[in-house]
Amino acid sequence: MQVTSPVRPPLVTGGKKAADVTNDICKQVEGKPTKVWLVAMGISLITLAFGAYCLGTLWWEGLGLWGLNKTIGWSWDITNFVWWVGIGHAGTLISAILLLFRQKWRTSINRAAEAMTIFAVLCAATFILAHMGRPWLAHWALPLPNTYGSLWVNFNSALVWDVFAISTYLTVSIVFWYVGLIPDFATIRERATGVRRVIYGMLSFGWTGKAKDWSRFEAVSLVLAGLSTPLVLSVHTIVSMDFATSIIPGWHTTIFPPYFVAGAIFSGFAMVQTLMLITRVVYKLEDYITLEHIESMNKIILLTGSIVGIAYITEFFIAAYSGAPYEKFTFINRAFGPYWWAYAAMMSCNVISPQFFWFKKLRRNLVLSFILSIVVNIGMWFERFVIICTSLNRDFLPSSWAMFYPTFYDIGVYMFTFGFFFTCFLLFAKYFPVINMAEVKTIIKSSSGNKESH
Amino acid sequence: MEKGKNFILGVFDDEDILLEGVHKVRKAGVNIHEVYTPFPVHGLDTALGYKYSNLPVASFIYGMIGTISALSTMIWMLGFDWPMDIGGKGHIPLPDFIPITFEFTVLLAAHGMVLTFFIVSNLWPWNYKPKMFDPRSTDDKFVMAIDLAKNTNIKIEELEKILKDSGAVEVNKKDMN
Repeated sequence: MQVTSPVRPPLVTGGKKAADVTNDICKQVEGKPTKVWLVAMGISLITLAFGAYCLGTLWWEGLGLWGLNKTIGWSWDITNFVWWVGIGHAGTLISAILLLFRQKWRTSINRAAEAMTIFAVLCAATFILAHMGRPWLAHWALPLPNTYGSLWVNFNSALVWDVFAISTYLTVSIVFWYVGLIPDFATIRERATGVRRVIYGMLSFGWTGKAKDWSRFEAVSLVLAGLSTPLVLSVHTIVSMDFATSIIPGWHTTIFPPYFVAGAIFSGFAMVQTLMLITRVVYKLEDYITLEHIESMNKIILLTGSIVGIAYITEFFIAAYSGAPYEKFTFINRAFGPYWWAYAAMMSCNVISPQFFWFKKLRRNLVLSFILSIVVNIGMWFERFVIICTSLNRDFLPSSWAMFYPTFYDIGVYMFTFGFFFTCFLLFAKYFPVINMAEVKTIIKSSSGNKESH
Repeated sequence: MEKGKNFILGVFDDEDILLEGVHKVRKAGVNIHEVYTPFPVHGLDTALGYKYSNLPVASFIYGMIGTISALSTMIWMLGFDWPMDIGGKGHIPLPDFIPITFEFTVLLAAHGMVLTFFIVSNLWPWNYKPKMFDPRSTDDKFVMAIDLAKNTNIKIEELEKILKDSGAVEVNKKDMN
């Protein structure tokens, strides 16, 4: 019984069968590390070590090592935090929202995208801890009984909401990802021997693939997807409220939640695109991550990039239309003030560059997709920098106007997160199945282009 | 024959044939011990007569516990234990409590459900050596296990024939001692 859609191209090419899926994906896990992997790992570890030195020194000496001043109290730290959290959102979008919409092309990329989510959120959490200055007091952000007469945290504060949002998001993402990994670990376990069999046996939690367990597994996946969908939207909404609930001109806007969520998906898909384009070549997974997948992601990048563009224009329009002089000044300062170059970078990278994807030929061009995915992430970094820094640098008192200049330690801590992210991702790509084997096998019959009937 | 230790395995290589096979085997009056598949096969649970899992209900209850505990804790802390005037918002500003209530609801619903799933399916790291009828059922084969002790009214030869007729590509015996 072969059901092939006459309209849609197959999601898995090369006439793969279920056993081929197992072999192709397990090959990476079972083989010796390749030279490319070792070199990449070496670079990541060096970056991580350098970053760890900077982060350690920062904690030892204090936040004075950063370039912050009394006018610009938030800069690279919160820029990087929002940037990493935003990147994380694509993983949940792919695995949860696309699951609810029954988008089957997600099966080839959801595993790696979710892994990216977890590592990106951990990087974001690094900046939360770093910007506290005294990370050993991080638990003060939680409503714990204390000796100050039980002085509780301020639940009216968006920063406290953020503590709950980020920690829920991180742990739920880890659990969602891990539950999906269990059946694939069982597949690897059954192929392994010796110590590897014990390790993958433990990781697989003794999964045997009973019909009853699969039935429960499906129920868990569906409910977790249903929970993660509003969760992921709430997380970036709350991140945007860190700004929107303040009274700083440029931050105090109701457009922030949808604008931030669209931007998060935009940058996240760009990061997935960057990672997938490398992974499919290095691991020879072109039959699983096909041009169709890349085109689909480019379509989402085009859509969300355009939403972000409209949000930028709307902000400007509202600043003029509201008649609020401070709001107007902030936006003129943003576009034509001392940070005009950051604004120009943001506009050209985020609004103009994705417009190339209106053309099918360009959407399916690998080199252009790769370059634009990086351009988009540079642009999204500038977006957060523009929102944070240009709203602060020229405040209400001209005598306190200032500029922000990053120091060695601003750059170093940012490097730390890059080292951490790529170290984790490389470990994942080597020792975990990068593609969800069980889910890909479910679509192999209907969408592999395998004409041979069983 | 030791009780519950001997099985006949029907190995299928296609999910649609397996689904039809399950219907046929059950129609012939055979008690199926369990079916092992490498990926979720839609309709297999109903074909085997399993009820839909109650895990979503459990998740809802955990979520409700989260909603109630988060909301009541915040109301007690800021409203009664240490009332403070923060920005003139009043002591129990309910709209401000919505984000944390929502997050805590999701937190408990998700983790509670997954933990319950691990408990009812007995999935734990220390079960690292599970008994597998056929390791190929984690790769590309579908394995229907039939417990001989529960089908004493049917002869073994007859069982093998039923499985073959239902589309099994192999029929094996397995001693699970």
